[in-house]
Amino acid sequence: MKAFELVNPTDVSGAVSALTAAGREGKLLAGGIDLLSEMKEYIATPSIVVNLKAVSGLNKIESSAKGLKIGALVTLSDIAKHPTIAAKYTALAEAAESVASPQIRHVGTLGGNLCQRPRCWYYRDEHVICLKKGGSKCYAIEGENEYHAILGGGPSYIVHPSDCAPALMVLGASVDISGPKGNRTVSLDKFFILPTENLYKENVLEVGEIVTHITVPAPAAGTTSHYLKIRHKESMDWALSGAAVALTAKAGKVTSAKVVLSGVAPVPWRSPEAEKALIGKQVTTAIADRAGAAAVAKAKPLGGNAYKVPLTRNVVRLAVLHAAGVKG
Amino acid sequence: MSMDDRDQHDPNEPDVSRRQFLRGLSGSLAASAVLATGVEAVPLSPPSPPEPLEPPLAVGPRIKGQVKVRLNVNGQVKTATVEPRTTLLNTLRDDLGLTGAKRICDRGSCGGCTVIADGETIYSCMMLAVDAQGKKITTVEGLGTPEAMSPLQAAFVDHDALMCGFCTPGFVMSCTSLLKHNPDPTETEVKEACAGNICRCGTYPRIFEAVLAAAKRMRGE
Repeated sequence: MKAFELVNPTDVSGAVSALTAAGREGKLLAGGIDLLSEMKEYIATPSIVVNLKAVSGLNKIESSAKGLKIGALVTLSDIAKHPTIAAKYTALAEAAESVASPQIRHVGTLGGNLCQRPRCWYYRDEHVICLKKGGSKCYAIEGENEYHAILGGGPSYIVHPSDCAPALMVLGASVDISGPKGNRTVSLDKFFILPTENLYKENVLEVGEIVTHITVPAPAAGTTSHYLKIRHKESMDWALSGAAVALTAKAGKVTSAKVVLSGVAPVPWRSPEAEKALIGKQVTTAIADRAGAAAVAKAKPLGGNAYKVPLTRNVVRLAVLHAAGVKG
Repeated sequence: MSMDDRDQHDPNEPDVSRRQFLRGLSGSLAASAVLATGVEAVPLSPPSPPEPLEPPLAVGPRIKGQVKVRLNVNGQVKTATVEPRTTLLNTLRDDLGLTGAKRICDRGSCGGCTVIADGETIYSCMMLAVDAQGKKITTVEGLGTPEAMSPLQAAFVDHDALMCGFCTPGFVMSCTSLLKHNPDPTETEVKEACAGNICRCGTYPRIFEAVLAAAKRMRGE
């Protein structure tokens, strides 16, 4: 790890000024699981690290009739064991519980989970100057690509590593951002950006901007949600494919459906096709399968990841059935 | 992979301080004066007092270079001189002589460095030493000794729950924390508690057995 100066602001405005002053030389440290990994591999070599841990007011979960307000520093284990989140915002609790290992969930934060960098092995290799690091080539296209994108890929084929983002998106969450130009709130639907928009980052954050809170509206009556994640190594791994599903039903019929996939695209991948297959319908095994087929209809696998197409179809089918409480 | 030459010294910080360098230089100048004149050189002024060697405490708005951390480890307050980039694991092993936590992957994947911080397991390789200040850290050395093992450590021995033993301290810490939170775990719960620890020898079944047996013994059954 390259040596750095550690800045310890005590409030958000201090953190924003320190990060803004540091410019491209600065990185923000929350739980540190992702940043320290990048720094140990010399993928990130900041000379200034702004430590968010001493900033007050960012480590609380506030639950009210309006919904949830979660500080960016709240750990994944605190989210997973929060009784209200488990009961009413089920997909989020399940997603937080599915991240990595207990040791990582005790330290890793929700803000960090949303802002972590991709896990592509070419990107993470210090000696490979890939497209995302200013090179001219995405090595996944012709290289080892079994963990890469089948949807939304090009010119880079990374997959977004967050489990919590798809769950938060189906629950209609947004993020509060503080930055040098003031505060703004961005819907999570618009927070993540494709490589076609910007190769060098995965979200809309500008230099000096910090995610401070995540807000989730209270789900409408009759809403159920579920996050299903399939891993290579069941004990601890990123998603090969995952699906967050939220369904609102009235008189047995789906009035609102949200489906967001993990592990298959450079951003948490919203599937309006799958949602369309569910709205107005009563969830049956046939309807759930139709939603799964719709979710992968536009998939374009690379040489080594075609298995993700039937896998994702089935992940969506099972997640829909589980969210609807229908036996598959 | 885990040891990188660049980790050892800050390339921006010289290994030898300017004062040490000048001291060395004046010595060799004096020696060459002796050679040149055959007369012993007499120092012109008495040596200046040494600079304070104590680095500043690792607290405050900005921390850089060598700093002193104060860590609460196994019930004792210990100090060590580190840099902001130094991990808790390296401080435990290299500065405090506590080598129970193992440096294996150094990337938060294997669990060999697991310690308990404020009652929860963490990977000590993925936490900066400066950020571990103020937390109550327990390492495997804080659980028992070879003569007086904790019930869980004794169960690992009784059930032959290790082969090479390198991952064992990490598993012991994860399972110690589990039994503290949940004195009567199911086998599934034991597996979940061990999800962040890897044993290349594959002793998992014996580890799970040992934990369930220790739990039973600790409940007085």
